[in-house]
Amino acid sequence: MMSTEHNNTAVLKKDKSSNEVLLEVKNLKTYYPIKGGILRKTVAVVKAVDDISFEIKKGETLGLVGESGCGKSTAGRTILRLLEPTDGQIIFDGQDITNVRGTSLRKIRQDFQMVFQDPYASLNPTMMVGHLVSEPIRNYNSKSEKELKPEVMDLLAKVGLPEDAYYKYPHEFSGGQRQRIGIARALALRPKLIIADEPVSALDVSVQSQVLNLLKELQDEFDLTFLFIAHDLSVVKHMSDRIGVMYLGGLVEVAEKDSLYAEPLHPYTQALISAIPEPDPRKKKERIILEGDVPSPIDPPKGCTFHPRCAHAMPECQSVKPHLKEVKPGHRVACHLYK
Amino acid sequence: MSANPRQHKDAPLLEVKNLETAFSIDGTYYNAVDNVSFRVKPRQIVGIVGESGCGKSVMSLSVMKLLPKGIGQIRNGEIIFDGIHLEKMTDSEINKIRGKDIAMIFQEPMTSLNPVFSIGFQLQEVLFNHMKISKKEARLKSIALLKSVGISRPEKIVDEYPHQLSGGMRQRVMIAIAIACQPKLLIADEPTTALDVTVQAQILELLKEIQEVNDMSVILITHDLGVVAEMCDEVIVMYAGKIAERTDVDSLFHNPKHPYTQLLMGAIPKMDEEVEKLSTIKGIVPSLKNMPKTGCKFAARCPKAMPECLTVTPRLAENEAGHEVACLLYETSQPKQEVNA
Repeated sequence: MMSTEHNNTAVLKKDKSSNEVLLEVKNLKTYYPIKGGILRKTVAVVKAVDDISFEIKKGETLGLVGESGCGKSTAGRTILRLLEPTDGQIIFDGQDITNVRGTSLRKIRQDFQMVFQDPYASLNPTMMVGHLVSEPIRNYNSKSEKELKPEVMDLLAKVGLPEDAYYKYPHEFSGGQRQRIGIARALALRPKLIIADEPVSALDVSVQSQVLNLLKELQDEFDLTFLFIAHDLSVVKHMSDRIGVMYLGGLVEVAEKDSLYAEPLHPYTQALISAIPEPDPRKKKERIILEGDVPSPIDPPKGCTFHPRCAHAMPECQSVKPHLKEVKPGHRVACHLYK
Repeated sequence: MSANPRQHKDAPLLEVKNLETAFSIDGTYYNAVDNVSFRVKPRQIVGIVGESGCGKSVMSLSVMKLLPKGIGQIRNGEIIFDGIHLEKMTDSEINKIRGKDIAMIFQEPMTSLNPVFSIGFQLQEVLFNHMKISKKEARLKSIALLKSVGISRPEKIVDEYPHQLSGGMRQRVMIAIAIACQPKLLIADEPTTALDVTVQAQILELLKEIQEVNDMSVILITHDLGVVAEMCDEVIVMYAGKIAERTDVDSLFHNPKHPYTQLLMGAIPKMDEEVEKLSTIKGIVPSLKNMPKTGCKFAARCPKAMPECLTVTPRLAENEAGHEVACLLYETSQPKQEVNA
């Protein structure tokens, strides 16, 4: 139909993920306190992440989707221990890192890095790109700028930036190139896990595809494991092996991507998938329009948090909170419709 | 005002001819919209797509005559709305049309609503400007308008302030304000970009419904090809201030001609297709200052570029019935006469 320059060489890499679990998250909760009054007492809590559990295997990409405020970014940041978990466990590479502090936390942090959404805000504008990229390495050993230069040059080449980028400043680059700088920084310490939080949502489509392709190439080259957080379902599907869907702080469905898209089980996932505008005018699909907005996470609905907007809600949905259950092999859903 | 009523039904509601809008950077003017012509027929939804900096928003601001004073100006061309030349109008003349016959909704509903006035006040402001109406009637009408855009409890919302509403609700309020005087043309600039996908679905549904009920024409500016496929009758693809391709929505998606359009289509991940690599476009859109002076502006990034693309500026010409493309590939290889054979 249209120009197809996609090369098919990498199609066979499909099952590169091993069975070894790299990251396991158990019953993770992150609550933000809301302070009020003269004494700044905690008057309420925002349950940003409320009891989620999942695992990521080595070499795999787990996508996390959901709408704004569903807690997907908070989950990512809590796993990196940029936010303190309220409860639960984070097990990384066999080690419980939930309560690790100080130097040992610093040491573990080499192994997981983050790529942020806004390439304009996440790079220090007063630092040269060469220094920005070498900064993570200098953080962990005492090598000089000079000694590190070949290594940095190599990283810049890997992410597709020209050599002279080394001496330039972030403002001299376009959004897509800045995101490449961010990726080079994340790669600098050769981490095992990269958490990418909306890495392409600030970019135009043609640039977005460049960055997505780059992330996939780097994953193969460096044996990376990704937690890929985004709101755009088609992007998440393109990038991920498995996908978790979040709603109001909870994980409502986790499955292999094909299984999730072919047969979404949770009513929320069904609505979410049906809401994506398809770039093909000949396809007219049945659309499930959800009523109203996502409720406030300060006072989430009792029982299943989705029940006030759910077309299939039953009496028990108002009182009993459903938990993730394996309904089909590898396909877990938190919904009372599936017993 | 209406000295020149529309002659027959298929006459365009809006006709833009050879529009050139320029912005001043350090005292020199650069064309952000460069010789653009198109028409919008009554009851038609025309999509304008392109990446950031392609001139799609500037074009809509030119039509509304909302360009920032002293920085942007229309340097050439005609904008004919319902038989009236807008480009020659003074501010006070255009004020009678803006908000009444042509309305606009913007991307960010929070910044386009005034935070210190109630929803009702902002709705009534439009009504008082363009209609002879009593306070009581205006209030009732604003409640009815809020109801028509799917806001539940409109009697309460009318007295609330923008910060009390969610993003989707605010965009509904913006739409209510826009349709208050039953405009003939609605310009929607990225109306759902700031919204979540399930809310976007609600708003798109609403826009379609209102378009049908009010017999409006809509110019929908967006970067999202999915939204275009869903909503539009006709599509204009812009690149670097120029129209690259213009056609009906079906041929745009199933028979894209311009290399830029083709690459753009391949760059979006699709739900029902599995590709290992997405197509990319090398380089970036040149900035206004660095725009190539001659030839096709896409030539430097185009995989099919020929030597003459750097010197000869392609004309937007009909390649198939109703399908215009500005690309030398089609000017040379396919003479126009043979197409209909």
